[in-house]
Amino acid sequence: MHSDRASTGLKIAAGLGLAFMHLPILLIFVYAFTTEDKSYQWPPPGLTLKWFAVTWNRPDVWEALTLSAKVASISTVIALVLGTLCAAAVSRTKFFGRETISLLVILPIALPGIVTGISLRSAFNLADIPFSFWTIVLGHATFCIVVVYNNAVARFRRTSGSLVEASMDLGANSFQTFRYVILPNIATALLAGGMLAFALSFDEVIVTTFTAGQQQTLPIWMLEELVRPRQRPVTNVVAMVVVIVTFLPILGAYYLTRGTDTVAGQGK
Amino acid sequence: MTSAVVFKGVSRHFGSVRAVDNVDISIAEGEFFAMLGPSGSGKTTCLRLIAGFEQPTAGEISIFGQSAQGVPPYKRHVNTVFQDYALFPHLNVLDNVAYGLMISGVSKRDRHQAAEEALELVALTGYGARKPSELSGGQRQRVALARALVNKPKVLLLDEPLGALDLKLREQMQEELKALQRKLGITFVFVTHDQGEALSMADRVAVFNEGKIVQVGKPEDIYYRPEVPFVADFVGSSNVIPPHVTEKVTGTRATASVRPEAVKLGDSGLPATVRATSFLGTSTRVSLELEGVQMVALLAKGQNIPEVGEHTHVSWGEDDIHLMETADE
Amino acid sequence: MSDAILDTGRNGIMARISDTLWRNPRLTVLLLLAPPALWLGVVYLGSLFALLAQSFFSIDEFSGLIIYEFTLKTYAELFTPANFDIIVRTVMMASAVTIAAAIVSFPIAYYAARYARGKWKAIFYLGVMLPLWSSYLVKVYSWKLILAKEGILNWLFETLHLSWLLDAYLSIPIIGGNSLSVSWTGTFLVFLYVWLPFMILPIQAALERVPRSMLEASGDLGATPGQSFRFVLLPLALPGVIAGSIFTFSLTLGDYIIPQIVGSSRRFIGQAVYAYQGTAGNIPLAAAFAVVPIVIMGVYLWAAKRKGAFDAL
Repeated sequence: MHSDRASTGLKIAAGLGLAFMHLPILLIFVYAFTTEDKSYQWPPPGLTLKWFAVTWNRPDVWEALTLSAKVASISTVIALVLGTLCAAAVSRTKFFGRETISLLVILPIALPGIVTGISLRSAFNLADIPFSFWTIVLGHATFCIVVVYNNAVARFRRTSGSLVEASMDLGANSFQTFRYVILPNIATALLAGGMLAFALSFDEVIVTTFTAGQQQTLPIWMLEELVRPRQRPVTNVVAMVVVIVTFLPILGAYYLTRGTDTVAGQGK
Repeated sequence: MTSAVVFKGVSRHFGSVRAVDNVDISIAEGEFFAMLGPSGSGKTTCLRLIAGFEQPTAGEISIFGQSAQGVPPYKRHVNTVFQDYALFPHLNVLDNVAYGLMISGVSKRDRHQAAEEALELVALTGYGARKPSELSGGQRQRVALARALVNKPKVLLLDEPLGALDLKLREQMQEELKALQRKLGITFVFVTHDQGEALSMADRVAVFNEGKIVQVGKPEDIYYRPEVPFVADFVGSSNVIPPHVTEKVTGTRATASVRPEAVKLGDSGLPATVRATSFLGTSTRVSLELEGVQMVALLAKGQNIPEVGEHTHVSWGEDDIHLMETADE
Repeated sequence: MSDAILDTGRNGIMARISDTLWRNPRLTVLLLLAPPALWLGVVYLGSLFALLAQSFFSIDEFSGLIIYEFTLKTYAELFTPANFDIIVRTVMMASAVTIAAAIVSFPIAYYAARYARGKWKAIFYLGVMLPLWSSYLVKVYSWKLILAKEGILNWLFETLHLSWLLDAYLSIPIIGGNSLSVSWTGTFLVFLYVWLPFMILPIQAALERVPRSMLEASGDLGATPGQSFRFVLLPLALPGVIAGSIFTFSLTLGDYIIPQIVGSSRRFIGQAVYAYQGTAGNIPLAAAFAVVPIVIMGVYLWAAKRKGAFDAL
């Protein structure tokens, strides 16, 4: 039995599967350079760089980009704090209701986004909270917690409890132990979790459509373009930029958590 | 003599599990004290109670005469060598060793110098810049030891420190630990499930079973004069003789123990049947059945080895049988 | 440092707080847990309950105002033929996407888990991770480009002189349509594409837990490779498939953007929710519709838990 060699059929099936996942994204890169601006014509009649300049000079794209970056940054910070606290509590002791907490953290992402979105929207309506920058952040932070939590909890589990005990044994109180032992050991996991949370928030559209008022985040801007295409070439360029911008934190998170048992994508 | 550690009626329950159940101990200053027992017998929990990682459910612990009630680990001048060593992976060896001094505010120069000296003490001079992951198991164990000793603790707690080492290294470390303890005069409290380790190193041994201490004493007493069948069986696998057999030999109806090496085979004594023999090098182990009781004899080199199935007679010297508590069946 | 064995004196404010925390482990956990629990408990669960509550109200058909009185009328509306069709259609689509995703995922996950080593392992990992995390809208957008009438897929069929095949396929009722981008096949393809990584990862995780020796044992006991696959590997991979299906199923049930951009005009649950809460202003009915995926997923999760699928997450 040749258990170490994959059959040709399996290789082809796996290769085709990977190609299916990547070709559409690569296609975007080609479209960003097309000279055609009225339709999605293939093959592109010609190639040009001019749409990059056009996009660069579009204030609405810049505004959407800035808003998305701001929302993602603040949501990430909130998620980092809450996710780490939660992971610390869950990994620290076997308290009653531990499972419930895990479920609660995962729920915002396990339930369809539209449920989270419409829930928040109806709650804002009931509580008479006007839509603003902060209502977007509120929604984003809620589903970003799980990403930080998953990364942190895996690392806490790997950081043996005896390290904390060793630190206390050597004279460090809880705060010193956190500062000198726990933080250095979970730092890369938090950084990875933070990057993924940022990527998740930066890209989110389903919940955002319900929690944003007049503000346009970059995904909402794109959604408008998808539903009612007006400036196809600009959309193509923005799509390509978004792909590149989200790839960076993913690669970063991968390298930070490589060789550990944390799977960077857990919980998306 | 001052007592380094005293337990008075200490219990530690986890839910309905009595990990430590009404234990009294008094460990003298400068003593090498071993806590011996199978896993789950409560010995490690006792150690953690001294370190302060656990708080007793009932009873009182005092360390050098002071009550340890409510005193957190970082306020006890007691240090621990952990079973998995618990070296900080993000710090190099020198900073690992200097950690305790850093926390108590010793300047960088002074603490690094003290750490170098501690590394010298455990024969690891020049290893300071390495990361723990770059060390072998034996070296990590020494770093853990240096990291604890550099703080000049009054009591050093060792939680199965040799458990992860291979046999040869373990024997070497046993000797070194013993020598170190003599040299420094620090009270050592040593937890192990290896009876050979406990007997060869400790001044006194406490044998644990099911959360209770079943016997405390010098290694020779534990070995030759077990007070309960558990100790006879667990420490050096003595033969436990049931009361009805003991009665035939000594006239007293009590459970007794006989060490395998004291058992003689010959023409006189109680009739027994040989069930199995195995050659161990310097001796041969003979399994016997005597009135439905399993016994083991260890015959030194040169003695006649009986065949399996052979009928023989079992006897032992008057001093070799040790009576334990009367009929506990 | 004093000579005392037990340092009961040394006391900064932080040290004193630390002492208190050490003496009360429960308090520590409580303090750690309070902020996230309050956030999720109040903000998130509060909102969910607000939604649930709304689904028990109804709307006045003439004034269009919400009547704040308990009623099951809104739920009854879900079972009118038009609305019930939406639910059935969505569940069918979610099932189809889930089954297809499991079939397409398996070879990739199997290869990555069992044969890929070293560099190839990393390539496979990133090869799944990058599409998983890249922008949802960009992924949908790329399919709009692919499926467009003047797009690459039609061009491909034309270049290969196979347009007749495509036309024949599109003339099939239900799954066909005027073009791929307004057919259910299009919707299905985009769903499959977008959720595929969510299926691959859990299957791979489950397969990686199958020790190699187990297959060797099966071979040793006389099983052909096919039988080993059927009787050993597949049952062990099943929890992974179920875990993956939780994602693909749930995500398809709740999506309203994909069918809006690629697909026919017939609605899915997500679109119904979006439309009722927005232009129609019928919040109670939107809420009742939103409860449908929650209930379906609740039943699904309960069944999956019994199969042990959560270990593979």
